[in-house]
Amino acid sequence: MLFRFIKKTPNISFVENRKKFFLLSLFFAVVSLFSLWIKGLNFGIDFKGGLLSEVKFEKNIELENLRNSIKELKYGDFSLQRLDNSSDNYLIKMELNSEFQSNQELLISELKKTIEQNFEGKVDYRRVEYVGPTVSTELIMTGIIAIIVAIFSMLVYIWFRFELPFAVGAVLALIHDTILTIGMFSISSLEFNLSTVAAILLIIGYSMNDTVVVYDRIRENLKKFKKLDTYSLLNKSINETLSRTINTTATTILALLALFIFGGNIIKDFSLAMIWGIVIGTYSSILIATPILLNMQIRKVKEKEE
Amino acid sequence: MKKHSLKLISSLVIIIFSIFFSFPSFFDNNNNLPNFWSKNKLKLGLDLQGGSQLLLQVETEKAIIEKLTNQFEDLRTELSEADINPLDFKLVKDIIIIKVPDTEIEKLKKIINTNNQLEAKYEQEIARIGFSNKFIREFQNSIILQSLEIIRKRVDEVGTNEPIIQVQGKQRVLVQLPGLENPDRIKNLLGQTAKMNFRMVDEKSMSQLGEKKYFVGSEILEGDEFAINYIVKKRIGVSGDNLVDAQASVDQFNRPIVSIRFDSIGSRKFADLTAKNVGKRFAIVLDKKVISAPVIRESIPSGSAQISGNFSFDSANDLAILLRAGSLPAPISIIEERTVGPSLGQDSINAGVISVIIALSLVLTYMIFIYGKIGLIANFVLIINFLFIIGWLVLLQATLTLPGIAGIALTVGMAVDANVLVFERIREEKLLGRSKISSINTGFDQALRAILDANVTTLIAALILFFLGSGPIRGFSITLGLGVVSTILCTMVISRLLINYFYIHNPNRSIKI
Repeated sequence: MLFRFIKKTPNISFVENRKKFFLLSLFFAVVSLFSLWIKGLNFGIDFKGGLLSEVKFEKNIELENLRNSIKELKYGDFSLQRLDNSSDNYLIKMELNSEFQSNQELLISELKKTIEQNFEGKVDYRRVEYVGPTVSTELIMTGIIAIIVAIFSMLVYIWFRFELPFAVGAVLALIHDTILTIGMFSISSLEFNLSTVAAILLIIGYSMNDTVVVYDRIRENLKKFKKLDTYSLLNKSINETLSRTINTTATTILALLALFIFGGNIIKDFSLAMIWGIVIGTYSSILIATPILLNMQIRKVKEKEE
Repeated sequence: MKKHSLKLISSLVIIIFSIFFSFPSFFDNNNNLPNFWSKNKLKLGLDLQGGSQLLLQVETEKAIIEKLTNQFEDLRTELSEADINPLDFKLVKDIIIIKVPDTEIEKLKKIINTNNQLEAKYEQEIARIGFSNKFIREFQNSIILQSLEIIRKRVDEVGTNEPIIQVQGKQRVLVQLPGLENPDRIKNLLGQTAKMNFRMVDEKSMSQLGEKKYFVGSEILEGDEFAINYIVKKRIGVSGDNLVDAQASVDQFNRPIVSIRFDSIGSRKFADLTAKNVGKRFAIVLDKKVISAPVIRESIPSGSAQISGNFSFDSANDLAILLRAGSLPAPISIIEERTVGPSLGQDSINAGVISVIIALSLVLTYMIFIYGKIGLIANFVLIINFLFIIGWLVLLQATLTLPGIAGIALTVGMAVDANVLVFERIREEKLLGRSKISSINTGFDQALRAILDANVTTLIAALILFFLGSGPIRGFSITLGLGVVSTILCTMVISRLLINYFYIHNPNRSIKI
């Protein structure tokens, strides 16, 4: 006795409503870009430069006292976050005014000294990170380059393995996924850091993975059903691979949920970005990358070749 | 049948390999394992085992400008020796500008051309002179290598556990210090150039210290000991390069001091200096600061001396380390630091292990739920796949980071994809009315193409992460890439073998998907 979401190969008309989905995606993309323009991203210290420290106190402390003692250092703007809902574990994030940026060695020891003077008991510095201005600028550049290189390599690969219209469709879907993921980070003010870039690259890989499975089926059906019109052919291919798409998305999201819930503070945001990206990636493979082929005359390309 | 026995052998190799190499990493204590068993465990990154990572920037530009300043002084002498009277002669940032009368331009060109470090551009009677690109490259390179050597000596002196020190890019050095919880002392040691020299105090000018004026041949330096400044001659009496040893010890009043010993050249110079200047003060200068300025009581011919100053026991010890290791050819600054304490490292390991276990169980349950008996095959393959990845990580001694663990959890989720593709395809073929055997065979063959194409895209993402990422991200890309390769391999070899064995060799069993 097996449980199945889909008993038989379904026949859902995905392609029929394509214009509605294109518009929906366009709307979200515009909202994302708008938010990016107006609000920007909440960059972590990887990209902004600065100082970060996770500090655990032996005794419970008052957030206000910690705030005041750090304020006295006058390093720059800072934020305090209580971790794990406890009143002894805090995350301190600081921007550094330009006069402090060059003197890294002293900054951290001064910070520690200040904390130890103001609070009793042993202090556990669970994490200390410092990223200087040159490094952060480079990391931003590397991140942007990585995403562009990834999208471009996918374009080349799909072009090589399929045909140009497929490559264009796939890349449009990837750009869509990237914009919507970055947009989600902008709107929700989640911290955007190095691991977010890693997440975006993975989402690109995953979304491509999904798209390729559908494309592979289209390629096969193009050969098998020479008389079938493109519209029905695309629909048929999506429906035939739907069961696989659902199952793989489900197992991946299950694994990511485990990471999100149990993986700890450091990879929480990463897992969230991935979950969002997997949903978007699956959506775009079915409702963007494939229906868009309808406007690109894949049939003719194939026939010319044969 | 031959094809099947090949599959059987490969499957056994994969399974034995996976168990052999991954097993020791799951237990704290491996004493009970037989002797032939591999004892290597997963190598944990600094974010898991705790430790400190520093990225140092070697400011080679400063060394280059310093070197150009020397060239500038040399040129001044050469010009006057060649009887050239420049109309203008100055050093602007990293360019020497010389303006000479028309008649002397050829003589100037001759001087510049004989110097193989310099390169000049001429605009009529003005020459703009800098180092040649080739020289700058070579010089930068030698500075980096020297710095690396000295950084290594300084770090080794502090005695941390297996430090990794390597050059990164053109002018950076990466220092990884596993297990080091507080890098403040090492940072303090690395942050100093530690150029030491012994020079005479300009006693004649000292009375004019308060007046803000320029002293020819001398400079005002800050004193470390009593917060007083000194006017010190620019001419170096004995250089710190001539030191052969430095040790921290105590004087008769139990105050910390640093005893030093010169090499033969240094000893001679030091003896001369002290013999000629009895009754005067000489300054011990470290990085433009006067550590102390004792009065010379008598000539010191032995080549050993003691430095006293405003020392604590620790700072005397650090100074001795710096002097023993030698001075850096260029200043360095710390441009990135990531330190993880042992408590967070352990928390991350725990969180990582729990999430991988839960991810694995969720996926295993889901597969049985959806695919039933044949899902068990996928699950068995998934577990082997998981052990296979761990096995390779151990064998390659690749560093496992926290994002790397996330990569494993994610691979667990995505690894079943290959099996899902095959199963779905078998089901479709069956729905089309094919026989069981034919459905299975077509299913595998047809799915292979999609599996390969789809996984190559993930592999591309992993490769980009590997080449552009650093540290933890790189660790993530390794597990991801390994996961992709291992997934394809395990599905095409082990899944196929098992399905053949359970369904094709057993004519009465029907396949339910």
